Amino acid sequence: MTPTDAPNITARARGAVAAAPVGILPTIEMRDVRRVAGPLLVVEGADNLAFGDVVTVVTDDGSERDGQVLEVDRTRAVVQVLGGTEGMGQANVAVRARFRAAVTGVGTDVLGRVLDGAGRPRDGRPDPTAEAYRPVNGLPLNPVARIHPDQFIETGFSAIDGLNTLVRGQKLPVFTAAGLPAAEVAARIATQARVPGETDEVVVVFAAMGVTRREADFFRDQFTASASGHRNVLLLNLADDPTIERLLTPRVALTLAEYLAFEKHLHVLTILTDVTAYCEALREIAAAREEMPGRRGYPGYMYTDLASLFERAGRVHGSTGSLTQLSLLTMPDGDITHPVPDLTGYITEGQVVLSRDMAGRGIDPPFDVLPSLSRLMNAGVGVGRTRADHRGLADQLYACYARGVEVRRLVSIVGESGLTAEDRRYLAFARRFEEEFVGQGEARRTITQTLDLGWELLGDFEPDELGRVGAEHIARHHRPTATTATAARSQS
Amino acid sequence: MSPTSTTATTATTPAGGAPDLDRAEVGTVVRVSGPVLEVAGLHAARLYDVVRVGAQSLPGEVIRLDGGVATVQVFEDTSGLRAGDPVVGTGAPLTIELGPGLLGTVFDGTQRPLAALGAEHGIYIPRGADQPGLDRGRTWDFVPSVAVGDRVEAGDELGTVQETAALRHRVLVPPDIRGVVEHVRSGPRRVDEVVARVAGHDVQMLQRWPIRRPRPVRGQQPLSRPLLTGQRVLDGLFPIALGGAGIIPGGFGTGKTVLEQAIAKHAEADVVVYVGCGERGNELTEVLEEFPQLADPRTGRPLMERTVLVANTSNMPVAAREASVYLGITMAEYYRDQGLHAVLLADSTSRWGEALREVSGRLGEIPAEDGYPAYLATRLAAFYERAGLVDSLGSTPRQGSVTVVGAVSPAGGDFSEPVTQNSLRVAGCFWALDASLARARHFPSINWTRSYTTYRLGEWFDEHVAEDWSRLSAWAVRTLQEEGSLLEVVSLLGVEAVAAPQRVTLRVGRMLREDYLQQNSFDPLDASCPPRKQVAMLRLVKAAEAAMTAAVESGRPVADVVAHPVLRTIAGARGWPADETLERHLEEAAATVRAALTTAPTTKEELR
Repeated sequence: MTPTDAPNITARARGAVAAAPVGILPTIEMRDVRRVAGPLLVVEGADNLAFGDVVTVVTDDGSERDGQVLEVDRTRAVVQVLGGTEGMGQANVAVRARFRAAVTGVGTDVLGRVLDGAGRPRDGRPDPTAEAYRPVNGLPLNPVARIHPDQFIETGFSAIDGLNTLVRGQKLPVFTAAGLPAAEVAARIATQARVPGETDEVVVVFAAMGVTRREADFFRDQFTASASGHRNVLLLNLADDPTIERLLTPRVALTLAEYLAFEKHLHVLTILTDVTAYCEALREIAAAREEMPGRRGYPGYMYTDLASLFERAGRVHGSTGSLTQLSLLTMPDGDITHPVPDLTGYITEGQVVLSRDMAGRGIDPPFDVLPSLSRLMNAGVGVGRTRADHRGLADQLYACYARGVEVRRLVSIVGESGLTAEDRRYLAFARRFEEEFVGQGEARRTITQTLDLGWELLGDFEPDELGRVGAEHIARHHRPTATTATAARSQS
Repeated sequence: MSPTSTTATTATTPAGGAPDLDRAEVGTVVRVSGPVLEVAGLHAARLYDVVRVGAQSLPGEVIRLDGGVATVQVFEDTSGLRAGDPVVGTGAPLTIELGPGLLGTVFDGTQRPLAALGAEHGIYIPRGADQPGLDRGRTWDFVPSVAVGDRVEAGDELGTVQETAALRHRVLVPPDIRGVVEHVRSGPRRVDEVVARVAGHDVQMLQRWPIRRPRPVRGQQPLSRPLLTGQRVLDGLFPIALGGAGIIPGGFGTGKTVLEQAIAKHAEADVVVYVGCGERGNELTEVLEEFPQLADPRTGRPLMERTVLVANTSNMPVAAREASVYLGITMAEYYRDQGLHAVLLADSTSRWGEALREVSGRLGEIPAEDGYPAYLATRLAAFYERAGLVDSLGSTPRQGSVTVVGAVSPAGGDFSEPVTQNSLRVAGCFWALDASLARARHFPSINWTRSYTTYRLGEWFDEHVAEDWSRLSAWAVRTLQEEGSLLEVVSLLGVEAVAAPQRVTLRVGRMLREDYLQQNSFDPLDASCPPRKQVAMLRLVKAAEAAMTAAVESGRPVADVVAHPVLRTIAGARGWPADETLERHLEEAAATVRAALTTAPTTKEELR
C-alpha cells in the first residue's frame, strides 16, 4: 500500500483514526453484536469488513467510539474498541464501517502541540492541518536505503558520551527501575543534546503511554513550556485513558516522526515512555482475544510487535534528516531478564541502564555502566567525530572499572587486608570513577571534558597496565598522578 | 513438472517457482487473523505450495490442509484482506532462483533483491512488490566444458562463467537430467537463455530449487578438517569442522553479531552466505557498507564478492523470516555442489524459532515447552543436518561443503530454553557467550568452561600446523580450568591462601585470558589470527610459565614474580605480523621474559 497524499481533502485530520481519505467504505451499519468482552466486540453480518479496517462503534445514547477490525471470517468480525466497551451491550450498539487501515494526518503543523494518544488535540486548540495521510503501521525500511548511523550526538552525560555513545538514527532505550530519575535523564538528553559543529535544532516527538497525570505535567513543562517548545510535539495517553489507544500512541508518534525526518529533513528525537506500560496493554488485549500466552503471559508475537516500533529509526538515502529513538522502559522489579527489557534489548542498538544500587550510593545520575552498551558507538567515535583515543579509552575505563567492581566483591568476603597493592588501586579507581565520572550531578560536559576526565582517572595506572589504549594515545594523554610519577622517577 | 526443471517458464517470481498448470486454481479467503488466512476451494493444493492472495497478489504458503480448508501464512502485512478475496494456488512450493549473480547481492527473506526493490519503490518496501532473484539484464560469458555428443550425468559441469574475479562458477547439469548433449552455445548469455540441450531438455544457467528440500549429493564425507575462522578461541580451543555445525548462544549485548561478522570476514571459505534473520536494519546496513570496503583474506578482492546477504529485518513479515534461513542454506548448497566450501551464518536462529511459535500459536496448535510447537526440535535438526562435507553429484569427483554457524538468542540469557537446547543436540560446536565477560569487555566473550567442540581435529592441526598443537591446546584448557577453581578459593580466602605454584597458575590463566583469548576485531593486526601465530602465542605463554616456575623455585618471592612488569609485555604478541618473522619475535619475547625473571629485582617499580 502506498501512502496517499490528499491535498484536496477538505476534511481536517482529526487524529489517527478520525478522518482519512483513503479507501472510504460505504456506510453500512451492523447491529448484530454477538459478544462484548474486554475491549472486544464480535459483530455478525460483517462480510464487507476487512482485516485492519477502521470502524465507528455507536451506542444508542449517541456516543461514538473508534474501533479496528482484528479478525474477519465470512460473516463475523472481531472489533477492538478504542475508548473501551463500557456501557455497551448486545442490543444498544451499532458498528459503522469507515475506511480501510488506520491512517493519521501528518505535517509540520503538529509541532508545538499537545495531542492525545490517538493523535487528537489535547490542548483545546483546533485540529492541526494535515499535509498528507500515512498508515500508522508504517512499512519496513529497505535495508539498502539506510545509511549506517555515524553522527555523534553529545548528550552532556559522560557515562553516555564517553562510554556508550549515542549516534543519530540509533535506537537506544533507557532501562530504569521504579523510583529512579529516568524521566529527568530523558528530558535532559532531549533538551541539551547537540551535534558538535552543527546548529540544526532537534525536534522532539514525545509519546507517553500510560503515564500518570503528574508525569504528564512534568513532560508538558519540559517539552512545550521551554524555549524550544514550538519545535516539539507531545502525544499523551494517560494511565486512565483507554488501554487500546496505548497501542496506537507510539505508531501515530512514529508515523509523524518518519514524515518529519525522511520527508521534511528534520533531526527528530522520538521518546517513547513507558515501553513496559505499552507491553502490558498488549498483554491485556491478547488476553481479551483469548490468545495463547507466552512468557509471563505476554503474547508470543511481542518481539515482532516491538520490532515494528523500534525498527522505525535511522537515516536514509535521499534525506538529510534522521530519526533517533530514546525510549524509557521500567524494568519490573529492576529485573533485566524480564521479557520486556529482554526482548527490547534484542531489538534496540544497546541500552543505557539506571540502577537503584548506584542511586543508593548517592551516584547522580545513577547510570549503571557495566550492563550499558551502545552498539553503534564504533561508527560514531574516533578521528573526525570525537577524538582518536575515544574507543581505546572507553574500553580501558570499562576494563579497569569491571576489575575494580570484581575487587569490591572480593572485599565484601575477605576484607581489604587480603588485597594486593594492585587490587587496591583498582578499588580506588572504581570509587572515583563512579563518583566523578558517572556522578556528574547537574553539570553538562563536552566530549573533550569527558575524555580528559577519563584520562585523569587513569593516572593511577602505569602505561603498561593500559593494554586497551594505543601507545601514541598514552604518550599524548596519560598523565601519571604523583605516586606513580615518583615510582617512574626512581626507575630512571 | 519437477521443481528443478529448467525449461522456460513464464513465472519469474521468486515465490512463484515453476507453476504446475494442472494444479493452478483459485480459491477464496474465508477467515483472516493477522498473517494467517483460511482459504476454501484449493482442492489440489499441497503442503507448502505457494499461493497469491487478493488484488495485490501477496505471496503466501499453505501450512495446513484440513477438509476443504487450506491454512495459509502470508509473507506480507494482511491489512485490507477480507473474506471472499481470491487466492491463486500456483501449484509449486516456495522456490528460488540459482545461478551466477547471487554473489554480492542482498536479498530479503523470499529472495527479492533489495537494491532492485529500492530502485523501483524508494526507501520503504511496499506490499506485493515483486522482483526476480537473478538479474535478467545481465549477461555472463558462458564457456562450455562439454561438446555435442558427450554423455553427461546430473551434476556434471556443462560449462563455466566467471562470476567474480576470483570465482569461476560451474554451470551443472540439473539433478534430474542426464543423457547426451545435443546442443551447446558459448558466449555472452543472460541467465534465462538456453545454453545447452541435454537429452531433450533445454538447460539455462538459471535453475530453480524448492528451499525446504536439501539438494541431492552423492555421499557424505567424515569431518576431519577444520574450518579456520581466524578467531583464537575458536580455532585454538573449540575448532569447528569443515562441513560441521556450531551454535553461538548468548544474551543480548554479548557479541553474537560481532562474532558472526568476524567469521564472515575471516573464515577460510569460498562463499559466505550471511542471513540476518529478524535482526536490526542498522546492523545489516553496516555489513552492506563495510563488506565492499574489506578485502577477502584469500583472494584480496572485495569481501562482498564472496558474500551473499539475506536481510530480513525484525519488522519484516514473520513468515518471510522463517523462509530466510532456508533460502540461505539452499544458496550455500548450490555453491557446495560446484565443489566449493560455503559457510552459512544465521543471525539469529531464535527469531526463526519464534516465527514458528508465532504461527503455531495462530493455528491454535498445542504448545510444547515455552509455547514453542512440538516440532521445533525436528525443524532445527533438519536444518542443521543440511551442513556437511560432501561428494557432489557428477561423474568427476568433486568435494564441497556447507558449514553452518547459528547464533541463538535465548530469552533472558538462559541456555535451558528450547531453541538453545534443541540446537545443541544437533550442532557439534557449542560456543557459549557470557554476559559477565562481555561486560568486562572481554571479546569474543566465549566462556571457556561452558563451551565445547565434539569434532576431533587435533590430528589435522598436529600434522598441518605444529606437532605440539594438541598438547598446547589441552594445556591451555586445563590451565584455564585450574585457574577457575583457584579463583573460587581466592574469592573466599584471599590470594595469600594459595600456594606458590598455584599463584603461578593463576597468573598464567590470566595471561591466557587477557593476552591470548581476547581478540580485537577492530584492530587490523589482531582481527584475524592464523594458526601459526596462535601456536607462537601459546608457546610464549608457556615459556613465561616455565620462567616463572623457575624463578619461584630459585627462591624469588612469588608475589614479585607474578607481579613482574615484564609479564605485561606478552600482550604485545597480538600485534605480531603472521609472517616469517614470527619465530624471531617468539624467541626474542621469550628471552626477554626469561632474562627479566632470572635477574634480581633492581628497581622500586619492579617491587611495587
